[in-house]
Amino acid sequence: MEGFDRRYVFVVILLVVLIPLLAPLGLPIRVSKEVVGAYDAIERVPPGSTVYFACDYDPATLPEVHPMSYATLNHLFSRDIKVVGACLWPGGPPLLEEVLTRVGEEKFGKKYGVDFVNLGYKEGREVVMVSLGKSIPGTFPADFYGTPVSELPIMDGIEDFTDVAMIVNISAGYPGTKEWVQQVQSRFHVILAAGCTAVSAPEYYPYYQSGQLVGLLGGLAGAAEYEKLVGVSGTATRGMDAQSLGHLAIIVFIVIGNILYFRSTRSRRRTRG
Amino acid sequence: MKREVPLIITAVFGSFMVIEYFVPHPTVTSFGEMLQQWAIIVVAFAYVLGVANIVRINGEKISRRSKDWPYAFPLLAGLAFMLTVGVVFGVGNGTLFNDFYLYAYAPMSGTMFSLLAFFIASAAFRAFRIRTVEAGLLAVAAIIVMLGRVPVGAEMWDKLPVISDWIMNAPQMAAKRAILIGAALGAISTGLKVILGIERNYLGGD
Amino acid sequence: MLPSPFLHTMAALLTIAIFSFLYKDNPVYKFAEHVFVGIAAGYIVAIEFQNVFLPNLWKPLLAGDYKLVVPFLLGVLMFSRFTVRFNWLSRWAIGLMVGTFSGLAIIGFAQGDLVAQIQANMLPLKAGSLIDTFTNWVVIIGVLATLVYFFFSKEHKGALGASAKLGIWFLMVSFGASYGFTVMARISLLVGRLLFLLVDWPASFGIELIH
Repeated sequence: MEGFDRRYVFVVILLVVLIPLLAPLGLPIRVSKEVVGAYDAIERVPPGSTVYFACDYDPATLPEVHPMSYATLNHLFSRDIKVVGACLWPGGPPLLEEVLTRVGEEKFGKKYGVDFVNLGYKEGREVVMVSLGKSIPGTFPADFYGTPVSELPIMDGIEDFTDVAMIVNISAGYPGTKEWVQQVQSRFHVILAAGCTAVSAPEYYPYYQSGQLVGLLGGLAGAAEYEKLVGVSGTATRGMDAQSLGHLAIIVFIVIGNILYFRSTRSRRRTRG
Repeated sequence: MKREVPLIITAVFGSFMVIEYFVPHPTVTSFGEMLQQWAIIVVAFAYVLGVANIVRINGEKISRRSKDWPYAFPLLAGLAFMLTVGVVFGVGNGTLFNDFYLYAYAPMSGTMFSLLAFFIASAAFRAFRIRTVEAGLLAVAAIIVMLGRVPVGAEMWDKLPVISDWIMNAPQMAAKRAILIGAALGAISTGLKVILGIERNYLGGD
Repeated sequence: MLPSPFLHTMAALLTIAIFSFLYKDNPVYKFAEHVFVGIAAGYIVAIEFQNVFLPNLWKPLLAGDYKLVVPFLLGVLMFSRFTVRFNWLSRWAIGLMVGTFSGLAIIGFAQGDLVAQIQANMLPLKAGSLIDTFTNWVVIIGVLATLVYFFFSKEHKGALGASAKLGIWFLMVSFGASYGFTVMARISLLVGRLLFLLVDWPASFGIELIH
């Protein structure tokens, strides 16, 4: 194992992920109850209400969580729900702008400042979350473009979290879902649904079980499941076949690696004995 | 003065953040909002400080001709370009700043992290060793979850996703809950130690 | 806005430059890596300026909210870290940040994690179905056993030792699940970059490489 060139492993992983992208298998996607929870929560929001969309990620985790933003915003805009979006990660605002424009403006014909707004980014993490609970315009006096929020029709009557129907949080780490639960859901008792990277998802299951999260989308699989629920075939759905074969490859590596290890250990013991 | 004033500031701000949760009086809440606005501004300066440090370090790298010093030039050039373009021409949709964010920063950031896919595969082959019962338990849980969460698992055995979901919602969730509770106790005690001035490492030396 | 084929090609070449590290560390990768760090740093300062300094500090200050001079001065004092004689002044701003976050952490962890999670663990010992009853028992015992494992004030012997051992097993299951999800995360990131190279890049030239 010491002399083994790991680049052979790299080539195998590349091929295993690449081939299903070129020739999809079309394996059916099964939806989990955590994802259904998020979907149902948005279904319960009356049309015309406003939802706070917390976009807490940056390009490093784009492939995993950006499809969640697309899918959930598809759902929100299809139900004529207004979206107030903002970011606590500095790398977030252009991504939020891209998805709001593509889905809100280009697909559903929604108008910026009336049906949706990108408030941009604010530094301060938990402090910003608590501050939003007191005053959203006070925390974000202007949007991403510098326009005072008092001049934006969508922000009429939006003072704090009592004026939004729920919070949809898509996050990639800190600050993210955990902080939204600790500082906002527990303090202001807002309905909170979250999407997160697969790395973070296991630690949020206690929040889902306790009801602090009404739904949880975990990783690319969670995004693909939500795409299925809203009837959209996006990059997450496209990537699930590659995901399947990638997982099989990792399992095979674990098994082969252990077989080779135990064989070499046994032969070393025989040599010494 | 050098240590006492910051300790007092820490105690005042920290205590107020706790008190403000329990006292809904308008005077308290409005003072709390003001302190939170101040914290937002000060934390933003910390980021700028970090970037200023990057400029200082790379400037020294060039002047001392340290290892890989020529690469400091593209670093500083990229920094100056994004800073100038963003501050002068704005950061919104359609700006040069936004173009370089989406087509230079974003792809490189994404690719850096995607390298991990290769390294996790290499680690699975070379380092994942099932030497004990506990490690075997870890491996079995990992394999069930890896297969149960993707479509191929349901194709192999239709009960696999159900078992995977149960693992995530029962034993896995139980252990994570215990970690959450333990971490919460630790965080609360650390927070109290910081506010009361018992924990002072954040002040640095001298 | 620059032409789409140019932007996509720039992104593709930078992607391939970073991927070249998989073969071995090389000057092309190092160049791309340093450009990335520089662009990221410049990006952060520009976004802080446009999204924080201007709307939350500069404009309100000029409009007459003179209390903001305090955080402004504290923020400027942070740069005293670059001096040897006056770097202790930066501690005032650090004290503000540390105090604020510590206070919020106490409330957040106490309310959001400690109380809520203990409350959520009060599950019925007899639920609607056999599987739900079994699941509740697994969760309750799992939480207690794992908490016992983390109790280091007494030696893990006898009944305490057995509970701690059970706690370790629950932890191993949770680590295995976390490993599985981590694998999912890493593979997803690679899928994303490959989709960009196979779909988005050719599409910028009007080519549909894959359906």
